[in-house]
Amino acid sequence: MNFAEQLPVLPIITPLVMAPVTLLLPKGRAPWAWATLASWLTFAACVFLLREVSASSAGFISYHLGDWAPPLGIEYRVDLANALVLLLVSGIASLVFPFAYRSVQLEIDERQSSLFYGALLICMTGLLGVTITGDAFNVFVFLEISSLSTYALIAMGARRDRRALTASFNYLVMGTIGATFFVIGIGLLYQATGTLNMADLHDKLAGNHSRVVDAGFAFIVVGMGLKLAMFPMHLWLPNAYTYAPSAVSAFIAATATKVAVYVLIRFLYSIFGFDFSFMGSAFTFVLLPLGLAGMFVASFVAVFQDDVKRMLAYSSVAQIGYMLLGLSFATVEGLTASLVHVFNHALMKGALFMAVACVVLRAGSHSVEAFAGLARRMPFTTWAFILSGLSLIGVPLTVGFISKWYLLQAAFAAGHWYAGFLIVASSLIALLYVGRIVEVMVLREPAEEGKYAIPARDAPLSMLIPMWIMVAANIYFGVNTELTGEIARRAAEALMMVAGGAP
Amino acid sequence: MEWFDFVLERYNYWIVIILMMTGLYIVFARGNLVKKIVGLNLFQTSVFIYYLTIGKIAGGTAPIYVGGELDHGGGHGEEAPGHDAPGHDAPQGSDASLHETPEGASDHVNDLFGGEAGSDKIANDFASNDLKETLKDFQAQGAAAPTGGEASLHTPPEGVDGKIANDAFQNIKKPESIEFSIGDGHEAGANSLADAVHQASEVIYTNPLPHVLILTAIVVGVATTAVGLALAVRIREAYGTIEEDELEVIDNVAEFGEEARARAEGAAS
Amino acid sequence: MIDANLAIPLALWAPLLGCVLIWLLDKSPNLREAATLVTGVILLGLAITVFAAVGAGERPTYELIQVIDGLPIAFQAEPLGAMFGLIASGLWLVNSVYGIGYMRGHNEKHQTRFFMSFAVAISAAMGVAFAANLFTLFIFYEVLTLSTFPLVTHYGDEKARKGGRIYLGVLMATSIGLLLPAIVWTYAIAETTEFTPGGIFTAHMDAVGPIAGVLMGLYAFGVGKAALMPVHPWLPNAMVAPTPVSAFLHAVAVVKAGVFSILKIAVYIFGIEFLHETGASQPFMWIAAGSILLASAIAMHKDNLKARLAYSTVSQLSYVTLGAMLATQMGVMGGAMQIAAHALGKMTLFMCAGAIYVAHHKSLVSELRGMGRVMPFTFGAFFLGAMSIIGLPPMAGSWPKFFLMVGAADAGQLAIIAVLMISSILNVIYLLSIPIQAFYMKPAEGDAKPQGAEGEGIKWGALKEAPILCLAPPMLTAFGAFLLFFFSGHLYDYLTPLMGGVHG
Repeated sequence: MNFAEQLPVLPIITPLVMAPVTLLLPKGRAPWAWATLASWLTFAACVFLLREVSASSAGFISYHLGDWAPPLGIEYRVDLANALVLLLVSGIASLVFPFAYRSVQLEIDERQSSLFYGALLICMTGLLGVTITGDAFNVFVFLEISSLSTYALIAMGARRDRRALTASFNYLVMGTIGATFFVIGIGLLYQATGTLNMADLHDKLAGNHSRVVDAGFAFIVVGMGLKLAMFPMHLWLPNAYTYAPSAVSAFIAATATKVAVYVLIRFLYSIFGFDFSFMGSAFTFVLLPLGLAGMFVASFVAVFQDDVKRMLAYSSVAQIGYMLLGLSFATVEGLTASLVHVFNHALMKGALFMAVACVVLRAGSHSVEAFAGLARRMPFTTWAFILSGLSLIGVPLTVGFISKWYLLQAAFAAGHWYAGFLIVASSLIALLYVGRIVEVMVLREPAEEGKYAIPARDAPLSMLIPMWIMVAANIYFGVNTELTGEIARRAAEALMMVAGGAP
Repeated sequence: MEWFDFVLERYNYWIVIILMMTGLYIVFARGNLVKKIVGLNLFQTSVFIYYLTIGKIAGGTAPIYVGGELDHGGGHGEEAPGHDAPGHDAPQGSDASLHETPEGASDHVNDLFGGEAGSDKIANDFASNDLKETLKDFQAQGAAAPTGGEASLHTPPEGVDGKIANDAFQNIKKPESIEFSIGDGHEAGANSLADAVHQASEVIYTNPLPHVLILTAIVVGVATTAVGLALAVRIREAYGTIEEDELEVIDNVAEFGEEARARAEGAAS
Repeated sequence: MIDANLAIPLALWAPLLGCVLIWLLDKSPNLREAATLVTGVILLGLAITVFAAVGAGERPTYELIQVIDGLPIAFQAEPLGAMFGLIASGLWLVNSVYGIGYMRGHNEKHQTRFFMSFAVAISAAMGVAFAANLFTLFIFYEVLTLSTFPLVTHYGDEKARKGGRIYLGVLMATSIGLLLPAIVWTYAIAETTEFTPGGIFTAHMDAVGPIAGVLMGLYAFGVGKAALMPVHPWLPNAMVAPTPVSAFLHAVAVVKAGVFSILKIAVYIFGIEFLHETGASQPFMWIAAGSILLASAIAMHKDNLKARLAYSTVSQLSYVTLGAMLATQMGVMGGAMQIAAHALGKMTLFMCAGAIYVAHHKSLVSELRGMGRVMPFTFGAFFLGAMSIIGLPPMAGSWPKFFLMVGAADAGQLAIIAVLMISSILNVIYLLSIPIQAFYMKPAEGDAKPQGAEGEGIKWGALKEAPILCLAPPMLTAFGAFLLFFFSGHLYDYLTPLMGGVHG
């Protein structure tokens, strides 16, 4: 067996096989170390995969699962777009796992810790699977694998706050409805074409304008909209992110919705394409206005939150608006901006939620009060928060700026200049809510007594190092866009080519 | 009464839609968490039924291999009327492809065996590894051949005709029959193998793929239900209730103090 | 002497290195201050190198990295930038000396953080000065905003928080909300943001023509640091900071970076000719004129010395904006010279205000009567600085006013000349009255003995001046403003390439 030939399946197989093993390991460090190893191996596989795809002449790698040829067999089809997302998900995971140890020690019952790591690995598997697969039904299966483990992971936050249970339950209901809508859509497409392979679907859908396909399209967009928390279907998200264990928040905030956005892009561009009659109106009348509305409403709500995690959660909803906006321009620039923002936003939100996790570890809370005067108590955490917060606002030399630049450029190039101004206007709201927290951290006096009085001790190194790697990535990719911008552009060009130009 | 026929002929879809809406309504309208889960189940079940209904072929048997003996060839033509009669199934175009494709397949198998007939080794290999190879070639042919059938299958204005057979999955079925036939063919020789393949292809099976998909979906649904119920249990342990509005009041009281309860009661009355 | 091409990156990195040194030397204040000063001297040397090279007709360049395709972080020194770099680095050195005296005289807390922020800010100012394209300029513009934020909120109390909030809020809101879209729009149209002599829009007349006014507006208000009314509130509100910071904001870097950007955009992005033809800058010329008068009027009502100086700055900055918007050769020349002249003059005034505060803890204009007899050197310097700001010979400030008037005449805007004259009269009233009252009026009875703690300083007979480190720098800059009056011809020659081939 040639290693290189089997490469595409490794990111799925490795964590999937290693996950159950965590349950068999003795309590203590072992499950954590094992899971971390799994995430690193996966990350390595994804790095190799990206290099391979980048070098391949066809622009994609097709892997036939079990050697059953597509369109009957399940195909893993890796092109630049999903190689980038794979790299992102596994990269975030490889930082979150080492980071999680101390945080999990505090927040999760020790008896559950091996279950926790197992579930987190499964969740990662699911997200990677959704991304890598070239089979529409397979997307649903992996989506549910990741969602189910996410429900369980969020519910584990109940040890600190019982509201995690209701949050998880609501997420379960909404998530299941979303997934079921999605699967109905797949069923309709299958009924119309008789195939589930994405590439094949695209071929067979060409010239097929029946109402079945229209209905399938609607179901898929709504279903994915629920999964990616498209405004106004975002109601499950703030609670889920707020009450989940800190490490879980950091992981899912950085990856889960991004993967859903990727799936939406994949379905819209690679399967339906501009040949499909609904595309134009879906962009103009659904995705664009909803993206804009989400940007503003959610940002605005974020300003008034007294809980930092909840604030960041609302900010996530707003940032998803940017991604939707980018892809709804239906141009190479817009799609590039969307993909770049998927990557960049994961970096900033990952770093921010990690900083919050550090605060929770020391101050025991994620309400704004707990952040008072942290600059003096936890300088490294504070700086990590400030830098990634600046990135969220879109200050130059950070990834946030790159995202904003691409988006603005796409907006102006596509003639949506009003959208350009709305983008910057909404990032000014981000300035408000990030600035509010930073001011509390830097300029407020730390509490001397009461429950938020904490000793001047920063987070342990096992948390600081991964967090600062993430912050460094925020700056590195803000200066050097060779990986993100370049690959995203090539991926966008390939996607547009398949989709067949602007409508 | 054309519209009446039109509606009636699609009774299976009506069932699906009614179930789906009932399920969704329960999810949103009921405050009891367990009832919500029940509603969710109903909703998912409607989708299962929908998948099964699109996989059904009139006159098709369950997609379980029945062997070469079962002779259904005669009934085939009768049970597949033209597609101008709505509500009935596999239109003629597909009919043609049903016949044609297997022919190609058996030819192919013949070719394959033609050169090295009598060799036991080949039969053995064929039964194991080469099946996939055959399948690949087969598809290559099959994909090219039945385009006509496909067009007629999927382009009727209301392409929703549920019980339509699907080319690709006809194809899946046939290789299966090849595999079994080969077992016999090992003794009987290459010709009888071809005969068996030919005979087996006369049997009409319901499209197996939706069944497989729905098996997967059922597993997912069961898992979701289990997690949901487990959460409901945990919520009851933590809050002492599984009524949504009561949960909300408890949370508000915990956060804002007793006035929240008074407000909630005021709003209720 | 080192190569000028190398001097640019060094000028960026030297202050950052200094910043790290300051941090490392946190425990020994003397060494820490030495690090600041050594950095300042090196930086000045580098700026002079670049200045000389540009004077010799060279255009030193340096490219750091290609961020996005066609958008490098790149630097190129041209006359305006070299002049700004020289002024900023020279005044930074002076300001550092003064800052050390002030901070020690005041026993301020967090001095390490203070000088670190200063070092980062001057690095950013250098980046703005030498930026070769709008993209680079924007990056360093933002870094400048952020690095001065800790300076503005230095005291950390409720007042400082409020001031800081407005400072950061207005500057970030304008830069992200208006300037960034303007830059991206420019890039979307012209596919470059390179500063090019003659402007980059001339080749895209069809695309830019209809929206030139809108774009110009985005730039004029987007560069919040130029404090064109109504985006000026950050400037008076930043007065909560210690005086060296005010001096830094008003004279050394921040507002200068703002008007410098406006000039650069007018000259190298739009091009004077383009502006002249399209008339895109006309509305903003009137806004600048209004800003000049309104800010002067407000300044007259301010009793707090620093607030009065702040509004004076708002007014004076609009001279530069006005010069750019006149879209004539002489207007641009006047604007460019105003940057230099105002820097020296306002620097002097602020440092005098700080010296008074250090020595006597007085910050209201009404308290200063008769103080001239106690602090003759300080008020002497203040007098010279005020003369320069007003535009009276033999101080540097007279030349820019002259060129602006010529520019306005060239453009046929006689009303602008009237505005300039009224403004000068207002300046006389609110600035010159201060030293005159200080020298010729008797102190009010209640103020005879300054209440509160006596500040530190030099006592010599009846005189009580600020410490030497606070006293010498304003005298030096006042003298500089005096010298510049006589060397303006050289400066004029130096800046001539700015005017391009247009004859207005």
